Amino acid sequence: MMKLTTAIAFSAAFILAAGFSQSVRAAEVRFAKDVDYSFEGPFGKFDRAQLQRGYKVYKEVCSNCHSMRLLYLRNLAEPGGPEFTEEQVRALAASFQVQDGPDQSGEMFTRPGLPSDRFPSPFPNEQAARAANGGAYPTDLSLITKARAGWTGTFRQLAKGLGGSEYVYSVLTGYEPEPSELAAEKPPGKYYNPYYTNGHWIGMPPPLSDGQVTFDDGAPNTASDMARDVSAFLAWTAEPKLEARKALGFQVVIYLIVLAVLLYICKERIWSRIEH
Amino acid sequence: MSEHTVYEPKSALGRWFEERLPILGFVKTHVLDYPTPKNLNYWWTFGGILTAMLAIQIVSGITLAMHYTPHTSMAFDSVEHIMRDVNYGWLIRYVHSNGASMFFIAVYIHMFRGMYYGSYKAPREVLWMIGVIIYLVMMATGFMGYVLPWGQMSFWGAKVITNLFSALPFIGEPLVTWLWGGFSVDNPTLNRFYALHYLLPFVLAGLVVLHIWALHVPGNSNPTGVSVKSTQDVVAFHPYYTLKDGFALIVFMLLFAFFVFYAPNYLGHAINSDPANPLATPAHIVPEWYYLPFYAILRGIPHKLLGVVAMFGSIFLLFALPWLDTSKVRSGAYRPVFKQFFWLFAIVCIGLGYLGSKPPEGGYVIAARILTAYYFLHFLVILPLLGLLEKPKPVPSSISESVLAKNSRRLAAQPAE
Repeated sequence: MMKLTTAIAFSAAFILAAGFSQSVRAAEVRFAKDVDYSFEGPFGKFDRAQLQRGYKVYKEVCSNCHSMRLLYLRNLAEPGGPEFTEEQVRALAASFQVQDGPDQSGEMFTRPGLPSDRFPSPFPNEQAARAANGGAYPTDLSLITKARAGWTGTFRQLAKGLGGSEYVYSVLTGYEPEPSELAAEKPPGKYYNPYYTNGHWIGMPPPLSDGQVTFDDGAPNTASDMARDVSAFLAWTAEPKLEARKALGFQVVIYLIVLAVLLYICKERIWSRIEH
Repeated sequence: MSEHTVYEPKSALGRWFEERLPILGFVKTHVLDYPTPKNLNYWWTFGGILTAMLAIQIVSGITLAMHYTPHTSMAFDSVEHIMRDVNYGWLIRYVHSNGASMFFIAVYIHMFRGMYYGSYKAPREVLWMIGVIIYLVMMATGFMGYVLPWGQMSFWGAKVITNLFSALPFIGEPLVTWLWGGFSVDNPTLNRFYALHYLLPFVLAGLVVLHIWALHVPGNSNPTGVSVKSTQDVVAFHPYYTLKDGFALIVFMLLFAFFVFYAPNYLGHAINSDPANPLATPAHIVPEWYYLPFYAILRGIPHKLLGVVAMFGSIFLLFALPWLDTSKVRSGAYRPVFKQFFWLFAIVCIGLGYLGSKPPEGGYVIAARILTAYYFLHFLVILPLLGLLEKPKPVPSSISESVLAKNSRRLAAQPAE
C-alpha cells in the first residue's frame, strides 16, 4: 500500500516538473550545432594544422575587434597547441608593434613584439572598443569556449561536454533573417542570431564569408570551415593544457584500477580468515 | 570500547619515548587495534573517504594559495596564471575545484547512511551533532572558496547569499554592510573570504578529531543497529578496515579522476570563466550543485525572511533528529515502513536540488513548495509518528548471529555439489 502511495506521489511531482520544464524550454536560446572536433573524447588531441589555420582566422578577422589578453605569443610554440616553430613565433611577434618603457630618460617607446609579449589588444581600453563598435563591447576571446555552454541539461552535458566550441561555431555560422514576428523589435545596428545567448540580437555583423582567409595548407575555406577552425583554436586558448590533462588522466586511471584490484584481492584474503 | 590493548615498544629507545609521550600506544589502541563491528558494509567507508578528501583539499588549497592573489583586480588573472603558467597548476586547481564537489558527494552519502541506519540515535547524538556542525562549516568554506576566482558567478553568488542576511529585521542592512566590509561585494569582501577560506579547513580538521573522538567512545554503529556484545562481533580496524576502506577510497578516486581529467568544468558554471562584472547581472544566478536543495527551499517561500528562516531551519532541524525519531529500533533495515519514507525523502531532496537549478517561475516554484513542505513534514510529523505506530521486524540478538544467519542463507541458496 505504501509503495503505491510513494509511486503516485513521485509520478505526480515529476510529471509536474517535466511539464513545466517543457514550457520554459520553448523560449530558450537554440542549442548549438553539434560539431565533431579532434580534441573530444578521452584520447582527443588538437589538430595542429587546424589550430594554425584557426590562429590565422583569429589574426586576420577576429583580432580586429576582439582581444586575447590571457595569452602570450610564446604560447603559440608550446607543446599541445598550434606548435608553430620558435622562428615562426619570433617572426609573427615581430610583425606587431608593442609599447614598452619607460626608458632611462623616462619616455615610453614602441618596439617590435617578442614571444614573451602578450597578444596585442585591438583597443587601448573598453571605452575605445565600445566607441568603435556602436556601443557594444567585443568580449575577450581567451576563455570564450569555457565561458559559454552550447546546450543545457545534466545528462546532455555529461555525454557531449559543455559545447563551448560548438557555441562559438554556431554563433559564427548562425546568422539568419529574423522571423517576421520579431522584425518589429529589431534594435538598430543589431543582427538576428538565434544561437547568441544574450537574447538573439547580436551587435557583431556576420564576420566570416566564404574564401575570406586563404590558408597556407590549401585547406577548404568556406565560412563554415573557417568557423570550425577558429572555434578549435579558441578551445585551445581556453584549455591550453587539454592534451597534457587527458594524457595524464589515462595514466592515473590505469594506476588506480590496478591499485583497486590489488587492494580488493588483499581485502578478500584477509577477510576470508573470519566469518563476516 | 573498554578493551584496551597494551603497546610495548620493542626497543629501548621506543620505551624511552613512550614513557615521555605515549602517542604510539595511542595510535595502536585507537587506530590499529580499534575494535570495529565485523559487519560494516561499503556505506560505512565514506567516513574514511571524507577524511582523505579533507586532506586533499588542504594540500591542494595551500599550494593554490602560494600562487593566488586575493585582490579584485588580480584574482581572476592569478587563477588563469595558475591554469597556464604554474607547473601542473591546472591539475592542482582542477583537483581543488572538483575536490569540493567530491567532498560533498561523500558527505551526502555519509549523512544519508546515518539517517537510514539510525546512526544518530543514543548513545551517538553528540557524534551526529558534531557531524551537522562539520556540514555547516563545510558549506561556509565551499561558498567562500567559490568566490575566490572572482568570476561572474563568484561575484553574483556572493552578492545573493550575503544579501540573505538583509532579510533580518532591524539589524539586516547594517549586518550585510559589516559582512561586506563596505556597501557592496568588493575587495574587502574578497579579502576576508580568502582569510576565512584558509582558516575554516583547519577548524574542520579539529571538528573531525572531535567527531572521531565521539565515535570512539561508543564505537561504530552497524547495519543491524544491534550494539556490540562480545569480541566475536568485532575485528581490529587494521588490517580489516584499512583494506576495505582503502579499496573503497581508490574506487572513489576513480570517480574523482574522471571529473578532474575528463570533465573538469562539468560541475561548475560556464559563466564563471567571465571575470566578475558588478554592472552585468547574469540571467540565472545559481549556486554550486551541493547547495541547490536549500536554494529551492529559499526561493520557494514567497516571503524573504521566512524563506531565509526555512532554509537555515532545514539544516538546523538535523540537530534535533536524534529526538524527532522516536523509534526504539536503530537500523532502518528492520523498519519496513520507515524504509519507504526514507527513500521518498531522499528523492524529495534530489527533486529539490533539480528545482533549485531551474529559474524561479511558474510550476517550478509550486513544485518547490510542495517538496519543501514534505521535507519539513518528514522530520516534524512522519518520523515522530512512525516510531510510535510502526511495527518493526524482529531484530537479531547479536551481530554474530546476523552474520551466521546471512551466511547460512547464502549456503542454502547455492546448489548442492
